[in-house]
Amino acid sequence: MTSQAAPPESPPASVPEPRKRRLPAGTLYRGREGMWSWVLHRITGTAIFFFLLVHILDTSLIRISPEAYDAVIGTYKTPIMGLGEVALVAAIGLHALNGLRIICIDMFSWGPKAQRVMFWVAIGLWIVLLIGFVPRHLMHVFGGE
Amino acid sequence: MSTENIAAPRSPYLSHRKRNRFNIEKWGWIYMRVSGVLLVVLIFGHLFYNLIFPGKVSILDWAFVAGKLANPIWIVWDLLLLWLALIHGANGMRTLINDYAHGRFRTVLLWALGATTAVLLVMGTLVLTTFDPCLGDTDNAELIKICAAQ
Ligand code: HEM
Ligand code: HEM
Repeated sequence: MTSQAAPPESPPASVPEPRKRRLPAGTLYRGREGMWSWVLHRITGTAIFFFLLVHILDTSLIRISPEAYDAVIGTYKTPIMGLGEVALVAAIGLHALNGLRIICIDMFSWGPKAQRVMFWVAIGLWIVLLIGFVPRHLMHVFGGE
Repeated sequence: MSTENIAAPRSPYLSHRKRNRFNIEKWGWIYMRVSGVLLVVLIFGHLFYNLIFPGKVSILDWAFVAGKLANPIWIVWDLLLLWLALIHGANGMRTLINDYAHGRFRTVLLWALGATTAVLLVMGTLVLTTFDPCLGDTDNAELIKICAAQ
């Protein structure tokens, strides 16, 4: 749009400056925060779903024998799985906070206007959550406490 | 198709359909939001109890779970968590399958998803409702008392 109507060398004062190119007004899912939050929501939701499938199977061992359950839950305590648990909690945290943002967008009249602010609020709360969780958890995994 | 089937001009969209028909997509949309709010409490409660306090990953074992599930409140908590989270996740995965898979592949995936979800719901429910906390050894004093009384 802007490139076609390039102004001549010295435009008469009446010709307005060409408008800066920008996304159509009122877009929620195209580009920037709206789109990236959607991508992250899909990826985290899928990852949690597959974790949950395995997790219901591993928990079912409590019904079979204490030894079988202890053997499998023991793998949760290894360093690699410990990092996996950090990733899982990070994914859940992001999905949950962004999920609440989606609900606010849909439920409240001010929601769509505030969607970008709410995205950064969610990111802020997510970082606080991780600061609270990660150091402790890594101490439990690597310190064996 | 005969001419009688053509709707009158300017009649509202879909007016020939029965009104107030049960709309599964609408209820799925509502379910994602209602279950989402409840899951925030259920999941963060689950993670806090098991990973931060009183649990932590290095002490999780069968005895810990037995002590926890000796309290029926946690059984109800886990049942709600199981049903709400698994159906929420499965319904979300259905959306993704409908977005990215086509033709026969989509049909196969949808059936696999439905079957997996149903099996895990039944199995998880049975595990939680038939669990016997007195099955193994424990050093949880309260549990020893409960089990000795049986
Ligand atoms: C912690 C609380 C949670 C909240 C607040 C939440 C919120 C939401 C919301 C509102 C949606 C609908 C998005 C839309 O219709 O556009 C959604 C989608 C989804 N959720 Fe959750 N959710 C939570 C937990 C979970 C869990 C535990 C799983 C996996 C088992 C999961 C998997 C998914 C998937 C796969 C989708 C579909 C994503 C898409 O359509 O793009 N969510 N979530
Ligand atoms: C690393 C993180 C996690 C750990 C260490 C963990 C640990 C456990 C443990 C020890 C149990 C046994 C029962 C109980 O404690 O109530 C359990 C059961 C369960 N957990 Fe988790 N959990 C984790 C994450 C999750 C997440 C993110 C979800 C939901 C999306 C979840 C859903 C469930 C469900 C539904 C059950 C009951 C399973 C059944 O029906 O037998 N857990 N978990």
